[in-house]
Amino acid sequence: MEKGKGVMGSGRRWAVDFSDNSTAPSSRDIPDPPGFSRASVDQDDSAVSRQKKDAEANWKAQKAWEVAQAPFKNLLMMGFMMWMAGSTVHLFSIGITFSALWQPISALQGVGKVFEPYKDNKVDLLGPKLLFIALNLGGLALGVWKLNTLGLLPTHASDWVSSLPPAQEVEYSGGGIPL
Amino acid sequence: MAIRSFLFLPLLFFSSLNPILSLYEDQVGLMDWHQQYIGKVKQAVFHTQKTGRKRVVVSTEENVIASLDLRHGEIFWRHVLATNDVIDGIDIAIGKYVITLSSGGSILRAWNLPDGQMVWESSLQGPKHSKSLLLVPTNLKVDKDNVVIVFTNGRLHAVSSNDGEVLWKKDFEAESLDDQQVIQPPGSDLVYVVGFAASSQFEMYQINARNGELLKHESAAFSGGFLGEVSLVSSETLVALDSTGSILLTISFHNGKISFQRTPISNLVEDSLGPAVITPSSVTGIFSLKVNAITVFIRVIGEGKLEVLEKTNHKTAVSDALSISEGKQAFALIQHAGSEIRLTVKTADDWDGNLLKESIKMDQQRGLVHKVFINNYIRTDRSYGFRVLIVMEDHSLLLLQQGEIVWSREDGLASIVDVTTSELPVEKDGVSVAKVEHNLFEWLKGHMLKLKGTLMLASPEDMVAIQSMRLKSSEKSKMTRDHNGFRKLLIVLTRAGKLFALHTGDGRIVWSHLLQSLHKPQVCQHLIGLNLYQWQVPHHHAMDENPSVLVVGRCGPSLDAPGVLSFVDTYTGKELSSLSLVHSVAQVIPLPYTDSTEQRLHLLIDADQRAHLYPKTPEAIGIFQREFSNIYWYSVEDDNGIIKGHALKSKCTCEVADEFCFDSRELWSVVFPSESEKIIATVTRKLNEVVHTQAKVIADQDVMYKYLSRNLLFVATVAPKASGEIGSVTPEESWFVAYLIDTVTGRILHRVTHHGSQGPVHAVFSENWVVYHYFNLRAHRYEMSVIEIYDQSRADDKDVWKLVLGKHNLTSPISSYSRPEVITKSQSYFFTHSLKAIAVTSTAKGITSKQLLIGTIGDQVLALDKRFLDPRRSVNPTQAEKEEGIIPLTDSLPIIPQSYVTHAFRVEGLQGIVTVPAKLESTTLVFAHGVDLFFTQLAPSRTYDSLTEDFSYALLLITIAALVAAIFVTWILSERKELQEKWR
Repeated sequence: MEKGKGVMGSGRRWAVDFSDNSTAPSSRDIPDPPGFSRASVDQDDSAVSRQKKDAEANWKAQKAWEVAQAPFKNLLMMGFMMWMAGSTVHLFSIGITFSALWQPISALQGVGKVFEPYKDNKVDLLGPKLLFIALNLGGLALGVWKLNTLGLLPTHASDWVSSLPPAQEVEYSGGGIPL
Repeated sequence: MAIRSFLFLPLLFFSSLNPILSLYEDQVGLMDWHQQYIGKVKQAVFHTQKTGRKRVVVSTEENVIASLDLRHGEIFWRHVLATNDVIDGIDIAIGKYVITLSSGGSILRAWNLPDGQMVWESSLQGPKHSKSLLLVPTNLKVDKDNVVIVFTNGRLHAVSSNDGEVLWKKDFEAESLDDQQVIQPPGSDLVYVVGFAASSQFEMYQINARNGELLKHESAAFSGGFLGEVSLVSSETLVALDSTGSILLTISFHNGKISFQRTPISNLVEDSLGPAVITPSSVTGIFSLKVNAITVFIRVIGEGKLEVLEKTNHKTAVSDALSISEGKQAFALIQHAGSEIRLTVKTADDWDGNLLKESIKMDQQRGLVHKVFINNYIRTDRSYGFRVLIVMEDHSLLLLQQGEIVWSREDGLASIVDVTTSELPVEKDGVSVAKVEHNLFEWLKGHMLKLKGTLMLASPEDMVAIQSMRLKSSEKSKMTRDHNGFRKLLIVLTRAGKLFALHTGDGRIVWSHLLQSLHKPQVCQHLIGLNLYQWQVPHHHAMDENPSVLVVGRCGPSLDAPGVLSFVDTYTGKELSSLSLVHSVAQVIPLPYTDSTEQRLHLLIDADQRAHLYPKTPEAIGIFQREFSNIYWYSVEDDNGIIKGHALKSKCTCEVADEFCFDSRELWSVVFPSESEKIIATVTRKLNEVVHTQAKVIADQDVMYKYLSRNLLFVATVAPKASGEIGSVTPEESWFVAYLIDTVTGRILHRVTHHGSQGPVHAVFSENWVVYHYFNLRAHRYEMSVIEIYDQSRADDKDVWKLVLGKHNLTSPISSYSRPEVITKSQSYFFTHSLKAIAVTSTAKGITSKQLLIGTIGDQVLALDKRFLDPRRSVNPTQAEKEEGIIPLTDSLPIIPQSYVTHAFRVEGLQGIVTVPAKLESTTLVFAHGVDLFFTQLAPSRTYDSLTEDFSYALLLITIAALVAAIFVTWILSERKELQEKWR
């Protein structure tokens, strides 16, 4: 189990390495070969990197939107499972309902973490985040709705009344047929 | 709170899916016990002639014929006859049949002596009602048949004892004969019938015993008239009293000539004031007479001369004569002297020579000796020994032999009139009340055996040991309170006026107390109408106060006879105090208030409709004054068909100032038209019933509010014509009306008429429903109906937000005067059995679903789920209704053989079923009483809150240990593997 850790963690590290510039100041000590104009190359280089950065930002934004939309599939899946589980209270339906409640909650707790890889000055993450939150809230609502259809939410008068003790009586009367 | 309710509901739902409550064979006797009794013995016949098992055949006031083992007092066999089949006489014929005459002399039966099987039965009819007499002559034969002579219904019968055939009969129809004796002088073929006619005529008939031919008829008039019993002193002499009870008549009819001899009683007893009473006995030449508490023994010498043998003011009982040898008769005499009884056996011709004189120490709680039966045996030295069977005041039966009590039977328990329960003492540190404590070794041994049993390693002997260990578990018969509330004391009051405390664990008698203070002649002459109430039930002072009960009785048959009270401590059985009241007691109303010592306030209503408050303390009056205007009472006059409601008015306006006495005024009355309705049954809710909730949740989470008033009275009336037996009227002229009446305001909440139906009506009222049982004449079947009553005025209180925020008035006190609008739902079903009693289970918090306990005609108790009597049942319930647990409607209620609570036992002569909640919510204790007693625990929705008795703790422990071991082993293995991998 522990051996799989490294594989999972290093999945996206190549994106960070990309920004590394090989034109280190140390290379400037050596004079440029004749006919080589650094300025033009520098110009060229910066244009390329800007282009690259834009592409990256676009890509990040796109990815963020994808990640934000991911719960939607989950939502559909959950809906199908719930429909399969029926509306009677038993182990399966309770399990599904609680997982349907737990998943959005844990996802909402980790909103920041999910979008961290796409954090960029140029990328506006607010939209994807809002969508993500909205979809997860939708999932939560679905779970609550399922809980309600199972009759496990105190939304009816019966849930509040059934434990009320009988009202006291003011009068007391006793008697019967004489002994 | 909501969480609790929605955790509970599915739980109850699952547990109630299976209503069957059967138990396994090896569970019998674990939680239940059954005791067999016979009742107060009326007549006893010994059968000891032959070698083999010596027995005594008895008939009792509870209509039981039984054959008892003379050695131990156990029942060999027993038959309980119906209540209208009263036994008039028993005897043993030709040494092998027990002959019984019953049902007012119209049924003669013979039972096989060894096993009690019925051999034959004859129905003896006659022209008119008369006293019935049974005579089994020893050697009177008609055509080789031994004959039984029966005088019944104005006709003399001779019945063959072999097959019950009537050989001849002789009518005494023409003469209005009040028969007194049938005499068959031994060795002759004659039968004498003597009696009175027209109250002043003495009649004597001499009849040929072979063919019933009337040989002689003589009569003589006596102007004084006759009174009461006669005593036969010889085969041709009788002793009787004149109508004033002051002159003794010796009547002899020697050779058909009747002669009277008058002797004023004052000649015999100097200070004779009251009327005398002859105690019938069969001792030749001697009879006894009771004149105001003095017993006089008188011998008749020759021609009507009387001689006083002994006068005694001790309480005395005399047996019948026993012929011990040719012409020699012995009889037993028992006299009380302090805490002892003196038994003397005398011969008839020698008063002073005693064959036997013994004195035996007698338990004071048994009271006086009421009846004596004597029997003899031959000792090893060929002299006569005597054994005596005595019946005591508390209806117990004892056998005395050689100055000792050989055995005793507590047959007073066959006639229980009232039952209540009491908690046991709390277990105190240092003071162990438990008598039997297991030591550690035995405890371990027991658990090892049990473990072997669960692992199926036990041998058959071990299994027997396990079973006996389960049955005799000392845990259930401890004398202290248990955590689950299974151990309690059942306080029962018998008709004899004796209190018994029975332990619920094993049914043993913890203590018994004869209410002597109520029986004393100066206090009370005829104590009747006994009732039992819980007087003090300490909860807060449970450690230092003992609970007590109140016994209320009345001294006489009329309603205005003064009452008596007695307070008895239920831990010790000691009488705390007794009161003889100046006022009468018509009703006892326990009030729902207790004082600081937790004594319950009781209101005693006297015949003049004045209310008396007890206990008579200033504190009680303070509590009472606070609630004064809210206390009402009602009276049901079933003879007049009136129900009246009363309120308390003011302090009594009587001569003696009494601040505990209150006048009452009539508030309302419900008068039933006497030509069309007659009250046959009234039922109310039990005072101590606990209801968990006021709402009933129905399908789709809807709510109905129960109408939970304690002041509801169910009244059943029938057409006066139809108050007789079932089938005595046609369906057209018979109806039965059920009412629900509020006893505070007199408002009739519901009325329903069942046309073509008839009583007897048995009903039970609980929570907001009443279930009743009656006979449907049109369908020729018994029916059970249910009425549920709901509060419609609260039906709109369904706003969830109001309920969440607590802005509702559902728990505020309600008054009957607010006239809440109610609706009722009802339904009827056919039911196979006729009923003897009906009750409902009650639990500590009222959460567990209810079961009806039905005492069937077969003397068994059947548990029937209340769900079968649900007015919302329909033929095709919707899915939601099915989920709610509604059973599809059927026309009759099912009888599931496994749900007989009494399983294989019968509670003979079943009279009442009492249910008591245990502390454990799922469980209720059931006590059924009649001639027999039966006790068990019931869990109407299974024991959902505790592990069952047969749960194996050992197996659980073993499983846990095995799991822990497995965890360790796998951990070690995985460590090793990891190390190897790292080395690679």
